[in-house]
Amino acid sequence: MPPAQGFLPNAPLFPPRASEMAREIDLLFFTTLGVTVFFSTLIAVLIFYFMVRYRRTSPTQVGVYQKGGSTGLLESTWIIGPLVIALGFFAWGARIFFAAARPPADAKQYYVIGKRWMWKIEHPSGRREINELHVPRGQAVKLKLTSEDVVHSFFLPVMRMKTDAIPGRYTTLWFNADTLGTFHLFCAEYCGTEHSRMVGRIIVMEPTEYERWIGGENMGGPSGVASGEDLFVAKACHTCHRTDSTARAPQLSGLIGKTVHLEGGQTVTADETYIRESIVNPATKVVAGYQPIMPTYRGQLSEEEIIQLIRYVGSLKQPTGVEPAPAGKAADRPAESPPSPNEGAR
Amino acid sequence: MTAHSDFPAHSAFPEPIEEAPEPYEHYLNHKYGLASWLLTRDHKRIAILYLISVSFFFLLGGAMAVIIRLELTTPEGDLVQADIYNRLFTMHGIMMIFFFLIPSIPSVLGNFLIPIMIGAKDLAFPKINLLSWYIYAIGGLFTFYALLTGGVDTGWTFYAPLSTGYTNTPVVLVALGIFITGFSSILTGLNFIVTIHRMRAPGMTWFRLPLFVWSHYATSVIMILGTPVIAITILLLGAERIFGVGIFDPKLGGDPVLFQHFFWFYSHPAVYIMILPAMGVVSELIAAFTRKPVFGYHFVAFASIAIAVLGFFVWAHHMFVAGISVYAAAIFSALSMLVAIPSAVKVFNWTTTLYKGSISWDTPMLYALGFIGLFTIGGLTGVMLATLGIDIHVHDTYFVVAHFHYIMVGGAIMGYMGGLHYWWPKITGKLYPKFWSKVGALTIFLGFNVTFFPQFILGYLGMPRRYHAYPNEFQVLNVMSSAGATVLGLGYLIPAVYFIWSMRYGKDASANPWGAIGLEWETTSPPPVENFDKPPVVTWGAYEYHESRVQPSLPPPKQEVMRVT
Repeated sequence: MPPAQGFLPNAPLFPPRASEMAREIDLLFFTTLGVTVFFSTLIAVLIFYFMVRYRRTSPTQVGVYQKGGSTGLLESTWIIGPLVIALGFFAWGARIFFAAARPPADAKQYYVIGKRWMWKIEHPSGRREINELHVPRGQAVKLKLTSEDVVHSFFLPVMRMKTDAIPGRYTTLWFNADTLGTFHLFCAEYCGTEHSRMVGRIIVMEPTEYERWIGGENMGGPSGVASGEDLFVAKACHTCHRTDSTARAPQLSGLIGKTVHLEGGQTVTADETYIRESIVNPATKVVAGYQPIMPTYRGQLSEEEIIQLIRYVGSLKQPTGVEPAPAGKAADRPAESPPSPNEGAR
Repeated sequence: MTAHSDFPAHSAFPEPIEEAPEPYEHYLNHKYGLASWLLTRDHKRIAILYLISVSFFFLLGGAMAVIIRLELTTPEGDLVQADIYNRLFTMHGIMMIFFFLIPSIPSVLGNFLIPIMIGAKDLAFPKINLLSWYIYAIGGLFTFYALLTGGVDTGWTFYAPLSTGYTNTPVVLVALGIFITGFSSILTGLNFIVTIHRMRAPGMTWFRLPLFVWSHYATSVIMILGTPVIAITILLLGAERIFGVGIFDPKLGGDPVLFQHFFWFYSHPAVYIMILPAMGVVSELIAAFTRKPVFGYHFVAFASIAIAVLGFFVWAHHMFVAGISVYAAAIFSALSMLVAIPSAVKVFNWTTTLYKGSISWDTPMLYALGFIGLFTIGGLTGVMLATLGIDIHVHDTYFVVAHFHYIMVGGAIMGYMGGLHYWWPKITGKLYPKFWSKVGALTIFLGFNVTFFPQFILGYLGMPRRYHAYPNEFQVLNVMSSAGATVLGLGYLIPAVYFIWSMRYGKDASANPWGAIGLEWETTSPPPVENFDKPPVVTWGAYEYHESRVQPSLPPPKQEVMRVT
């Protein structure tokens, strides 16, 4: 196993942790573990005590016949008591879970594609790596996960976090690393032959070091948004999705996060999964007031290309231009002016 | 080698069975020959057919576990290839769950005992009972054939689209085996429900039923309502794999999470199919070996029903990290907490039953007490897993593996073993060696804990399940676990040896070797073909271990008068 040696002692009983959230999850874990140990010990001690104390002494002996049998008071005690404790666990666990599901607004967005049997990771700057995730310390990092083939699960034990990478949709995992170091990255959802080799490392770096690392190889290479824009033109998306009044397709500026009204009266919140679906399965959710004329792009775009398009769409600002694009260096490019129709025509 | 000292049933209980003439005719010797077994409609003989077949699958599944544990003693995947390893844990799960755990207690002990316990001659539909064994056997043959041709490598969960579009192993063959076997479950459940409703002896009111019968009633409800869902899921899986109908694979326009919903809608209640019958066994054992009525009988009975009902509303706790909505996750987490309560009620009532009991340390009781302890740990770690914040970390790790083995092996199999040891004299008419049976029970308990306790720690450390190779720092705990598995494996061999030994060399059992109360102890060991020489009339509730039954001169308990209605 490549990442095993060196950075972890031989047989730890306590895994390393590198985020505030991990500390909170550990606190919850050990509290519930304490309750588990308490009740298990209680039952075990009672069993052993009764076994010895009330040991059968003659073959014809019967137990003391309890006239009243169980009492309502006793039964309700051990119904209500455990219920209160269990619901306490529930509330505490749900609070953490909700926090884990809501990344902070300033989180940097990475894209992760699971593929049998590797993790392909794209940084906000567009830099890509495989099976390694370099992140700056003290910066919230949001991973948008998907899969090219089967269900995988992106598991960072050091952050006490995992989220499944599911083909056909985008799921989110976020964390804010506060400890430097190199830690495990596992695939936790069984995905076939080399499932146990679908492992890697997360490397938490100082922000300055991360900037140097990310800049080092990225000079000259196109950012994700730029290649998304090229693709937008190459696939002739811009011929319909245009900003002028003759557009035959909905405008895409400022789309992400907006509520979209569909034909038939339904609404949908435009997220990455919605945009992906609109590319590969455009007839499923048609925007109100438009015809279902868009052809499907299923099979014509790789997961990487779809992500590039999503990043490009995400970089298109609202026509008013109030909100800066969230996708990192995307703001560097004049993304609010979509290419003119003729520019990319073949 | 010591044998059981027979409890002097005659002196202790008012309605002793006069010792049967030697030799008398019973269900084992009234006919001989293979045809008399393969065409039998006797629920007792069908139970024996099941006993042989589930033992076969237990042996197969166990053998695979041995290779799995052997592989995991080293971090590198060096004993078998990754593909073989994946097939091993998949087939281990399939054999153990669908062909051992689900049929074990209901089809062996339930089949044998439910008619006797309620004072009936047989189940309501004896031919359907035989049919359900044949269906089980045919399903088993499909799966066994698939094993011989290499087995499948999808995990027992068959997650799509891995199972529908990616693996090259015979998924359809194995799925068909499970599909077919499902009908055996449905028919058994149907038979039990009708039998319990319609075939009770005069005086056997609902609240005089042994808790074993109550828990089987609850189990049967799950079998009937849940099993069709896995059948439908398998058909859809087959439609996508064979015909390319897009249901689960997004490449075909499907949704992989939908498969998980379908699958767990059956497979979570299936957990209760496995554990509820074991709880029923434990209720019987606790009463018999404390010679006391089960404390809170009504609560224990209704807890079984509550588990069966609530068990249908918790399935998505297997999917907290599968991208379901946070609100759905919260609701399923809360509902999962609720299902823990009836389980807790049972544990507390069993423990309280021990208080001021006349506690025997006979082998079945050791299994029952082991069950309570291990099930408590398994249940409480289940509550931890249902807690959303914790599940994000330990989901799909060895913590889960340890948890469900505490329920399945520490719970269901301990219950099954306890039940086999309790009713073995009734089933075979033979006693097994007392000393060796205790050695076996303690070896299994010890081996079990050494095997699975380290896996809790492994899971918390972050070791994912279904890993063929793993990072070095997990090795120490894995070696511990494998060492425990060796002890556990040997532990299971001990009963296998003395059970087989006892059939030929064991001392004859009396009608009631434990001095227990229950209709099954009021007939001979082994019982006659129609279970009772005279149709029984029930005047006592279950477990009425009152002194007046020891000394008939004493007045009967007041409570009993109230219960006769």
